[in-house]
Amino acid sequence: MFHNSGRLFYFLLKTDRLKIAIWLLSFTLITVAVPISFENLYPTQAERDVMGQTMGNPAIIAMLGPGDFDSYTVGAMTSHEMILLTAVVVGLMNILLVNRHTRVEEEEGVLELVRALPTGKGANMLAVFLYSLTVNLLLLLLIFSGLVVLGIESIDGNGSLLYGAVLGGTGILFAGITAVTAQLTDNGRSSFGLAFGLLLIAYFVRAVGDVSAETLSWFSPLHLTTRAEVFVSNQWWTVVPLFAGGLVLFVLAGYLVSIRDLDASFLPSRSGRTEASSWLGTPVGLAFRLQRPGIISWSVAMLLVGLSYGSILGDLETFFEGNQILQQMLPGESSDSFTDQFLSMLIVVISIMATIPALMAMLKLYKEEKRGRGDLPFSKPLSRARFFVSYLLIAMVEGAVMLFLAFFGLWIAAISVMEDPFSFGTILGAGAAYLPALYAMIGVSVVLIGFVPRKAGLVWAYLLYAFIVLYFGGLFKFPEWMEYLSPFGFVPELPNEEMAWTPIIFLSAMALVLIVLGFRGYQTRDLEG
Amino acid sequence: MTVIRTVDLSKQFGKVNALNKVNMEVKEGEVYGFIGPNGAGKSTTIRILLGMLNPSGGQAEVLGMDAKKDAVAIHRRLAYVPGDVNLWPNLTGGEVIDLLMSFHGVKNKGRKDELIQAFQFDPSKKCRTYSKGNRQKVALIAAFAIEPDLYIFDEPTSGLDPLMERTFQKYVKEARNQGKSILLSSHILSEVEQLCDRVGIIRDGEMIETGTLEDLRHLTRTNLYVETSRPIDNLETWEGVHDVEKRQSGVSFQVDTERMETVMAELGAFGIKKIESAPPTLEDLFMRHYEGSGGGDR
Repeated sequence: MFHNSGRLFYFLLKTDRLKIAIWLLSFTLITVAVPISFENLYPTQAERDVMGQTMGNPAIIAMLGPGDFDSYTVGAMTSHEMILLTAVVVGLMNILLVNRHTRVEEEEGVLELVRALPTGKGANMLAVFLYSLTVNLLLLLLIFSGLVVLGIESIDGNGSLLYGAVLGGTGILFAGITAVTAQLTDNGRSSFGLAFGLLLIAYFVRAVGDVSAETLSWFSPLHLTTRAEVFVSNQWWTVVPLFAGGLVLFVLAGYLVSIRDLDASFLPSRSGRTEASSWLGTPVGLAFRLQRPGIISWSVAMLLVGLSYGSILGDLETFFEGNQILQQMLPGESSDSFTDQFLSMLIVVISIMATIPALMAMLKLYKEEKRGRGDLPFSKPLSRARFFVSYLLIAMVEGAVMLFLAFFGLWIAAISVMEDPFSFGTILGAGAAYLPALYAMIGVSVVLIGFVPRKAGLVWAYLLYAFIVLYFGGLFKFPEWMEYLSPFGFVPELPNEEMAWTPIIFLSAMALVLIVLGFRGYQTRDLEG
Repeated sequence: MTVIRTVDLSKQFGKVNALNKVNMEVKEGEVYGFIGPNGAGKSTTIRILLGMLNPSGGQAEVLGMDAKKDAVAIHRRLAYVPGDVNLWPNLTGGEVIDLLMSFHGVKNKGRKDELIQAFQFDPSKKCRTYSKGNRQKVALIAAFAIEPDLYIFDEPTSGLDPLMERTFQKYVKEARNQGKSILLSSHILSEVEQLCDRVGIIRDGEMIETGTLEDLRHLTRTNLYVETSRPIDNLETWEGVHDVEKRQSGVSFQVDTERMETVMAELGAFGIKKIESAPPTLEDLFMRHYEGSGGGDR
């Protein structure tokens, strides 16, 4: 049954060693960097307690979970602000790794090859279990040693070990969940979607529970990460259900493997439509249909982003007075209302986020070509221009819709928590001012697709640059010209600044020029395939 | 009338010469076999004909129009089945067939259903679950349902089972009988021998042989087996004789077509008891051209 699982386990570690190293190092570096910067930003306990008071509002608790706001030490701060979100990403890592080596490899036929070798039927599942156990124990050790060497008073050895154990335990649990979902569905995308969906549900269930009804939170395993009260009261028992749950789920997954055939699944695969609906038969219809799941999830996400940012607005004034670092990050006169300043910055961040799905929609044009899925459509009596315009149209509309949804969510949340809320027109106008900048970014991606398609991913680096300069520029005192190297730097920051039409017209013209230029390149170059 | 014509067609990818002055002519109503090893330039030629690649030199005309400039007008009258059919994992086979047909504005449900039956295809599955053969069926069903004037097939049957291969051949013959033109790039020589009126052999980006199968056979050797009353000594030293192999009661060898007359005359002197001759197979032709290309890879 388990013959040769040791060899497979070793092979898994060997093939993934670089991937694992990058994941684990990133987790460790970020976890260690946070308490160091907290110590620098809030050197006295008095400052930390003020911070603790401002963090105790419902919006933050929904996002990060409950914390010990009355004695907000560096340790308590670190575990409150970091452990839940880190655990979510650790869960995501485990879902990706385990899904890859179970259902995805089965779908691609790799497991068929492995099974044909002298290996037992359960060998792969045991190897995957040992593999995820190793990865999560390594994570535990790295986090523990990384935190403990800092020598910060409130970050002791016991708490550091628990911090690592909570993350590692969450990892094992979601590895186990994925091992089971991989048995249920017959393809890697669905089993990923199922496991990732469970992770998101776990997050939102505890968000609602932490704010309004704690009983509800107990239905979510992620609640245990904050219940562990790391660096406060160190509840070690919370680790037990995480590790035990993971183990039980792996045993279940192994049992399911043993009673099913290769390539079979427990959830029947739905048979789809045998005929296309009529709107699918056009390039726009096809381009939309291919991106529909992504568009829907991004819409929901942007609405939630707007809602969650909006819900903080009520507590803003108190929040800012105790936080000089945030004051530095926000531009403008100190006499201005903090809310307006914060709002201006939120709008920048939201606009940059809305650019992501719009760029993905545009880059999809090249992705289809690269995957060889352009051969059939391009041999049809439709010009390249039609396909190009279809993807461009979706990208532009999607960008506008994403902005609208986020600001709509922001406004809805704001009117329910603020005493003197802004009008929907104000916020929408401020957001709409970023649309030409968003279109200029689409223009940049079009130029890349038209002339150096293999380098099209560079547009992400450019977007990251824009984000860093605008978000951290004030804090790190970057020179002002660095802002003007990205389209977002030109946009008037409403409602904090006056409206200015010149940059809007300039950016629109820029977007147009880039799109036309890129289109010409696209129309004349060789297609890949 | 000529359906496909290339004149000194060349294509470079960076420094690599993928095509070097390829001349090809496909006439209306014929099935043209396009054969050559992997990487010889078959797919590159086809992709230029479809307007997806720009030639580095020479011309490519399809249906009397420029392959790149008039791509849309050309594509209205052709259907293409790529060698590697990549489909959208989230759409079903049935959806993709309808999609490809409606890009042509064709909505012939009767014909489509008949083809789905003939190819024994299940259109309700998502494309990600289809094997290579099933993905090829999607493209083939759509192509035959569109019923264009010109078909371009790039190794269309490499994933099909022999039964489905026969179904494919049936529809190719049907199309030819209706006066349609077909460019068939293939590795399956028996298929080319059965279906094609003329063939072109390409190697290392150069067209090395083109003509009817008869023409090509003329250029090559005939297989002979003879039994003679007196043994023939040092047959292998005769001019135009190759691959001599002694059997129990006779000898088999190949003769260059242009030396046939002299060889036969000289053989007569040994007292022929039995003689069998077989035309060269396409495979003999093919192997002769492939040897020396280093196994076929560029």
